[in-house]
Amino acid sequence: MIMNPELQAEQRRVNPLKFMLILLIVSIVMMFAAFTSAYIVRREEGNWLEFDLPAVLIINTVVLILSSIFMQWAYASAKKDNLKNLKIALLLTIVAGTAFLIGQWQGWGELVRNNVYFGGSTSNPSGSFLYVLTGVHAFHLITGLIFLIIVVISALKYKVHSRNLNRIELCTIYWHFLGALWIYLYVFLVLNH
Amino acid sequence: MSSTDISLHKDVHLGHDDHHDDHDHDQSFIEKYIFSQDHKVIAKQFLFAGIFWAVIGGLLSSLFRMQLGFPEATFTFLEPILGKWVDGGKLNPEFYLALVTMHGTIMVFFVLTAGLSGTFSNFLIPLQIGARDMASGFMNMLSFWFFFLASVIMFYSLFLETGPAAGGWTVYPPLSALPQAISGSGAGMTMWLVSMALFIVSQLLGGVNYITTVINMRTRGLSMTKLPLTIWAFFLTAVLGLLAFPVLFSAALLLIFDRSFGTSFFLSDIYVAGEALTHTGGSPVLFQHLFWFLGHPEVYIVILPTFGIVSEIIATNSRKPIFGYRAMIGSMLGIALLSFVVWAHHMFVSGMNPFLGSVFMFLTLIIAVPSAVKVFNWIATLWRGNINFTTAMLFSVAFVSLFISGGVTGIILGNSALDIQLHDTYFVVAHFHLVMGSAAFFGMYAGVYHWFPKMFGRMMEEKLGYLHFWITFACVYLIFMPMHYIGIAGFPRRYYTWTGFETFNKFMDMNTFITIAAIVAFAAQFLFLFNFIYSIFRGRRATENPWKSNTLEWTTPVNPGHGNWPGPLPVVYRWPYDYSKPGAPEDFIPQNVPFSQTQSSNLPHERDTE
Repeated sequence: MIMNPELQAEQRRVNPLKFMLILLIVSIVMMFAAFTSAYIVRREEGNWLEFDLPAVLIINTVVLILSSIFMQWAYASAKKDNLKNLKIALLLTIVAGTAFLIGQWQGWGELVRNNVYFGGSTSNPSGSFLYVLTGVHAFHLITGLIFLIIVVISALKYKVHSRNLNRIELCTIYWHFLGALWIYLYVFLVLNH
Repeated sequence: MSSTDISLHKDVHLGHDDHHDDHDHDQSFIEKYIFSQDHKVIAKQFLFAGIFWAVIGGLLSSLFRMQLGFPEATFTFLEPILGKWVDGGKLNPEFYLALVTMHGTIMVFFVLTAGLSGTFSNFLIPLQIGARDMASGFMNMLSFWFFFLASVIMFYSLFLETGPAAGGWTVYPPLSALPQAISGSGAGMTMWLVSMALFIVSQLLGGVNYITTVINMRTRGLSMTKLPLTIWAFFLTAVLGLLAFPVLFSAALLLIFDRSFGTSFFLSDIYVAGEALTHTGGSPVLFQHLFWFLGHPEVYIVILPTFGIVSEIIATNSRKPIFGYRAMIGSMLGIALLSFVVWAHHMFVSGMNPFLGSVFMFLTLIIAVPSAVKVFNWIATLWRGNINFTTAMLFSVAFVSLFISGGVTGIILGNSALDIQLHDTYFVVAHFHLVMGSAAFFGMYAGVYHWFPKMFGRMMEEKLGYLHFWITFACVYLIFMPMHYIGIAGFPRRYYTWTGFETFNKFMDMNTFITIAAIVAFAAQFLFLFNFIYSIFRGRRATENPWKSNTLEWTTPVNPGHGNWPGPLPVVYRWPYDYSKPGAPEDFIPQNVPFSQTQSSNLPHERDTE
């Protein structure tokens, strides 16, 4: 049914899936824009508990940056058809991503030890906001990990290589976005503490 | 609902097979009509769901109008239907609040957002840009089914023992956050939030698809400046939704945490029944900021698609090019941009800094400029046109009328000083019902009457359409014009009864009058419903291009099959508004006619492309 010239015309344009991913990223950005601007507005109103950010967050930030580097390495390996390095790099990305999540969990534990709670009678929005920002980011990171696992599975089936970069390219974009989002959140939290 | 869907589709099925015997057989019935990935089927699913919701939403409004129009009457006949919500023939006051809340939620989100954009964006974007389907049929299908799930949950909440959400469609905390405040803030509110979260996911999936399709899948020759205005409108609507809905999602998430996890984002220092709550440090105004950052773009999400639909119908039926095509695009861009920086005009009396109020007032009043440009262009298009008064055209012209009447009061309400008097009165209710409620409904009706032949391969009955139009049009003004008056007199909205106030007694007759007009208007919609269902099965058979229109959807077969065009995709050579071009043998030249075939009518600058 589909004519050949049409197919060619479609290939010349931006990959629609990539475009869609960017639009979804825009919507995630809007969500965090809402949270962080609410944070600022609420902070200006006073009755704001000041506390120290968990020390582990800086380590987590470094881990996540590392995972982004691994991801880029995986993409470059796929481009060069170096399938062995591709698998190693992807696995390293997953390990670093999981380590980041565990680190965030440790951060929450540190907050609780310092009596900064998410809810309840002794909680203050300043603490709750920190849990929401990290929690919603962690949720998106889990979706990123699921995406990564899908890419690993197709890599194991030899479906990721220089002539089939679509999937890993989308995954790379999403993973870098999640890293950049975290760096934004971390800098935002440091500046507003 | 689903059983009617299935029977309605059978007719489509017949026409469908005529053209595409070759490749449709491998699809099962469920793939083709239930979990379909074809944009035309998904559009119809949205349309049927939207009509279903509109009937529910209208029914709820008739119920609370009865209470307002006849506060002394006893409605014992409602008891078998509404059970304990009607006690001794009297509407329960909390049930009244639930009715108002659900009417607003259903109409704004389920009918005028999902029903309108879902139907026309899905149906027209691929057909008018010359694409086989949406960029991702699967995501498009998910979009409908997320909406369906949201609908099921919202519908179920109507039957909860504690009632559906009752804190107003804006669900301001603390009322919406505390179950002990009002019974509707219990399970009903939880279901409202879950349903809206699913709804937002549905809107994002749909919107991402619309934007991607418009940007990436236009056929050869169709540049952005040759797009029909409908597509521009749907495109900008989707952009607004993509930027605004995530913010509502954030607000809803924080509200969910406040309600169920003991946080205090929006709650502080509250006493309920003499008992202090443990919540401290929250800010209810913060919720209003987040809500209206979505809420204001949302009203443009409702009205923008109808701008496009109406522009298209007015140009086609005036047999004239749309006046100021680029100005129309520019004004839509302007409105879309401004819609994000005016949200606080809903909050002038929330204790906001008055200086900030002035800024938002200034920005709000600027919206009058692009709106006036649009109205001027519609009237200029009609001016000395060779007008065909089809039903769709009548609804479109009436749309312009309603948009003006409702828009003018927007300028009054946009003034932060005047808003102190008018805030939360029936003046506001009248304003937004005219400008975004009725006007958007009229645009939607216009769209249904106009594109019905392409959707179902048959024509709707015109005479019945005229009757539907005139009753509805008269009733809309009979309802909302007096409502401005009682608003200025100080009637507050959302009040169950005013009989306790001596001053308001002399307006009793006016309220009764409004109620009667509202019920007549609601009853008239069944003329449409009958016409709609009857015409699907028994309507006069349509031709390929019954309105002699220029856009690409009219170059498809009467019942376009999967893939829309049986042969290669059409190629576009010209803009969509070549109506009554001097020198042309006919009064319309479709977009896919090359300039080489129209030498007698080409303008000097078009001769190069011959």
